Amino acid sequence: MSSVNTAAHSVVEPTPTAKRIAGTIVILYALVTMIPLAWIFLTSIKSPPDSISYPPKVVFTPTLEGFCNLFTTRTRQTPDYIQALPPPTGTCDEITRGRNMVIAGPSNYWPRFGNSLLIAFGSTFLAVSLGTLAAYGFSRFRVPLADDLLFFILSTRMMPPIAVAIPIYLMYRQFGLSDTALGMILLYTAVNVSLAVWLLKGFIDEIPREYEEAAMIDGYTRLQAFWKVVLPQATTGIAATAIFCLIFAWNEYAFAVLLTSGSAQTAPPFIPTIIGEGGQDWPAVAAGTTIFLVPILVFTIILRKQLLRGITFGAVRK
Amino acid sequence: MAEVVLHGIAKTFGDTVAVDDLSLTIRDGEFVVLLGPTGAGKTTTLRLIAGLERPDCGRVTIAGRDVGRQSPAERDVAFVFQQYSLYPHLSVYDNLAFPLRSPARRLGVEEIDRRVREVARMVRIEHKLQNRSTRLSGGEMQRVAIGRALVRRPAIYLMDEPLSSLDAKLRAELRLELKRIQKELGSTLLYVTHDQIEAMTMADRIGILSEGRLVQIGTPREIYADPANLHVAARLGQPHINLLPIDLLPGAAVPSGALTIGARTEHLEIATSAQGNAEVDWIEHLGDQNHLHIRVRGHKLVTLADPYLSIKPGDRINLTLRQPLYFGPDGERLR
Ligand SMILES: Nc1ncnc2c1ncn2[C@@H]1O[C@H](COP(=O)(O)OP(=O)(O)OP(=O)(O)O)[C@@H](O)[C@H]1O
Ligand SMILES: [Mg+2]
Repeated sequence: MSSVNTAAHSVVEPTPTAKRIAGTIVILYALVTMIPLAWIFLTSIKSPPDSISYPPKVVFTPTLEGFCNLFTTRTRQTPDYIQALPPPTGTCDEITRGRNMVIAGPSNYWPRFGNSLLIAFGSTFLAVSLGTLAAYGFSRFRVPLADDLLFFILSTRMMPPIAVAIPIYLMYRQFGLSDTALGMILLYTAVNVSLAVWLLKGFIDEIPREYEEAAMIDGYTRLQAFWKVVLPQATTGIAATAIFCLIFAWNEYAFAVLLTSGSAQTAPPFIPTIIGEGGQDWPAVAAGTTIFLVPILVFTIILRKQLLRGITFGAVRK
Repeated sequence: MAEVVLHGIAKTFGDTVAVDDLSLTIRDGEFVVLLGPTGAGKTTTLRLIAGLERPDCGRVTIAGRDVGRQSPAERDVAFVFQQYSLYPHLSVYDNLAFPLRSPARRLGVEEIDRRVREVARMVRIEHKLQNRSTRLSGGEMQRVAIGRALVRRPAIYLMDEPLSSLDAKLRAELRLELKRIQKELGSTLLYVTHDQIEAMTMADRIGILSEGRLVQIGTPREIYADPANLHVAARLGQPHINLLPIDLLPGAAVPSGALTIGARTEHLEIATSAQGNAEVDWIEHLGDQNHLHIRVRGHKLVTLADPYLSIKPGDRINLTLRQPLYFGPDGERLR
């Protein structure tokens, strides 16, 4: 390329060709990672026979059977009994009768989903709140043994959390925290708070103290200055941290299986149990998974702008 | 507005002595400028008064009360920082209103609005009130920072090089404006700068800091004409003071023990003469001034040239001293 030509380009702006190549790679990668998601969604609207047919069916008649099976429990009946019933009241009723079954009642999916929402968002809120305060303290005050403390906080993440499952199980039984939402919130908060402190300390370190000092001179207390000046500037970091915490708490399976069984059970351990309720009901499992993905998706989209800036971990901000 | 007194304050950071046994009285309604090289402890002094640092020893009193145990908010001071002056997440308007909205002050919305608009007019930023503070030029940011201090009527204004990133014209304007406002309000103001013109034109008194110590304090006239030592003499005067051995030029009445002569333009008399003791090296045209570079027996001098004096490089001139400054071996002034 001639020197005149290169000089015409801005130094920091990639050339159009480079942009096109990068774009193509990103799109291809996105497609590859989205295939499993697409497959799950397609399975959720297949009929059970279609879902296990070999070779897999790509063209099929969509049905709501998976969703019906997800939301209901059903009992098998004789054709004569079904014939004698009054006409079906809804789509699900009709589909179920077609399989020689009647709806016995709602399934546990929504209560479990609700538990997941409560536990994941509750623990994320706690972990991020505590993490922000701790990170601020570490960043701004001379904490005795700060480095050792920070290392200690991080060291709780150095083994897989499940390695301490047995002690926690015993402890929870002792304290009556087994199978309670509070117990799960505390547990996920404890696991996430170390991540939150470390991530947020980096972000808060980057906010010059002069802002708080200015606010304190302007007539605010330190706490008010933290609230009015530091927090608004840390939103990027808080959003990024919140998403990481939420994804962990939302998807966590091992502790959930171990510590919850009934009223506080979350969705991840519940979804596999659907398989048992009448053969290999893959569409129902897929339907449960599809719905399960929605909250994270919504949360991520809401915080997308903050996340994009935050995910660079302050590398090239300012 | 109030009198602010520092009684022998000191502050060290690790091995660095930032402020060393500093005593200073800023009288009620006085404009005091601190002048000193980089690292002299100017910013640290302001931060000690504001309560952002705790002195290792010594006391600070504002309006007679010892503020040692008070938080920055309680001390009732306003601070214009050297950098990072504006809250980046707020608009210009909200930046200016921020101090007035503090829970401790509880002003009404209309009162706040009136004062914000008044101060915005003062620092000429009213056309940018709704801008995000990050979308301003450096000069506009500094004006908002000054405005954020002026919006209050504190015991003392502390300003850390507030005009440093402005262009010369705006700087000259704001210099006058700031001085006018200060006089009008009768404010007490402690002002840090590197710029000697700012110091000379605005100050009631100038304090010269060096390595954390207050070397001399006095009116601009005193500091300029009657410096206590070489360090002070070197801080003021454009072009810089010439430091010469005592026997270089005629006309000196050297006191005993003097080692160095300090000669500014007004201490040098120039006459054209073919047998003169000096030679014109070159003439630097700065627009409003001409700097005359002169060579005398291997020593170089710079002085202001009379625009009507017709000399050119290579000419010989006769140079005589007229009541110059004398300094001893330790740099102290001898009279
Ligand atoms: N927080 C701190 N920690 C350690 N050393 C510091 C701190 N603040 C200031 N110092 C040191 O104290 C000395 C005085 O600093 P100060 O900021 O008061 O200088 P200054 O006169 O304002 O300089 P400048 O004109 O460059 O702004 C310097 O040597 C500086 O390195
Ligand atoms: Mg400074």
